[in-house]
Amino acid sequence: MSTSLKPMALGYVLLAVLRREVSLGMRQKGEVLTPLVFFVVIASLFPLGVGPESALLLRMAPGVLWVSALLAAMLSLQRMFATDYADGSLEQMALSTTPLALLVLAKALAHFVLAGLPLVFMAPVLGLQFGLDTRALGILMLSLLLGTPTLSLIGSIGAALTLGVRGAGVLLSLLILPLYIPVLIFGAGAVEADAAGLSIGGHLSLMAALLVLSLFFSPLATAAALRISLE
Amino acid sequence: MKTRVIHWFKFASPQNFYYLAGKMWPWFAGLATVLALAGLWISFFVAPIDAQQGQGYRIIFVHVPASQMSMFIYLVMAGWAGFGLAFNTRLSGMMASALAPTGALFAFLSLVTGALWGKPMWGAWWVWDARLTSELILLFLYLGFLALQASIDDPRRADKACAILALVGAVNVPIIYFSVKWWNTLHQGASVSMKGASMATPMLMGMLIMVLAFWMYTIAITLVRVRSIILDRERHTDWVKHAVA
Repeated sequence: MSTSLKPMALGYVLLAVLRREVSLGMRQKGEVLTPLVFFVVIASLFPLGVGPESALLLRMAPGVLWVSALLAAMLSLQRMFATDYADGSLEQMALSTTPLALLVLAKALAHFVLAGLPLVFMAPVLGLQFGLDTRALGILMLSLLLGTPTLSLIGSIGAALTLGVRGAGVLLSLLILPLYIPVLIFGAGAVEADAAGLSIGGHLSLMAALLVLSLFFSPLATAAALRISLE
Repeated sequence: MKTRVIHWFKFASPQNFYYLAGKMWPWFAGLATVLALAGLWISFFVAPIDAQQGQGYRIIFVHVPASQMSMFIYLVMAGWAGFGLAFNTRLSGMMASALAPTGALFAFLSLVTGALWGKPMWGAWWVWDARLTSELILLFLYLGFLALQASIDDPRRADKACAILALVGAVNVPIIYFSVKWWNTLHQGASVSMKGASMATPMLMGMLIMVLAFWMYTIAITLVRVRSIILDRERHTDWVKHAVA
């Protein structure tokens, strides 16, 4: 068991797991579409709730779209490990010579591809409905592109901690939403700052920093949490 | 040179710690009572009226210690949790779960007293200011910790899962602490710093004594709570049957 894998081989494993997860996800069309529809529905509820004044909606748009995207991304988190846990493949992964953190990273990236990226491409359509201009739409997409991988990575910690636990869905949101708040603040903040004529460099840099930090730390935390769940 | 060796690790065993905690908590509870009485007397009768904030400022004597403790307890809890993960000690997890309810209580108290202070000073119960919001997040983190603890039946597994959550959540504490400096928002800056305090001496004394009282209260209540947790988790052992009988 002392065979430590070379960096190249680790890269192949990462890609292989990523492809497996994405193709498994793509076969369940509903699972990719449900969060997307959820995103559209939640974002459409706000104009109905607060009234159709365009000035108000324009001011609210970045925050509303970001909160909706965040909730939609969270919707599919619970499934990240649940099926593999149920059929025992998760235990095989934990026992394999490949570091569990690497496999977890691949799963989180797959979650981003399946749940985060569609939101990035759907956001401009919703943004148009709120009256955002082209420039603001571009910044919204950029902030979502930087933010949604962080959501998947932090979310994987929560998904691992609540694996096989009573009332996992509600618990997951209680655990993860507080940790999502910095991403939300800087993501929506970037769009708002630009609307106010300020530079968005600081917001985007902080989001990139959050992404780098969570890329490094959350697979480790998730792997540790999975090992506890599998005990 | 011959010195008497104290076997500190002896107290890592829940049984030994149960007796140690039983001896210690009345002292801390007594100190907490004395300090709280002295601190409250100073804060209500000795400390002068504030030039700008009038009588309303007196809420700092509860608000400041509660806020400090809410942040500090989270760090201590995360420390115990990390220690428990690293060394696989049973007592660490019990200490972490004994600290969490007190931390949540102080976070709540800090928010409530802050609201009571905010209404006369700012004209609003609640403002979405950086410090208030991050303190609210801290309360959510405590609630998440307690909820996760409650939903896992096996206590050892619950301890470990909560330990990871506590370590991840600890990232938030520096954000709260520095929020007043980083975002220049409504909440006032620190009145006490290394350079000295920007308030009258009796006020400062009252606040420091109250901070100490809150410390003693936290230690006492945590020891009492950890004793019940130990009894609950070790209920199948002989020594518990003797201890309770």
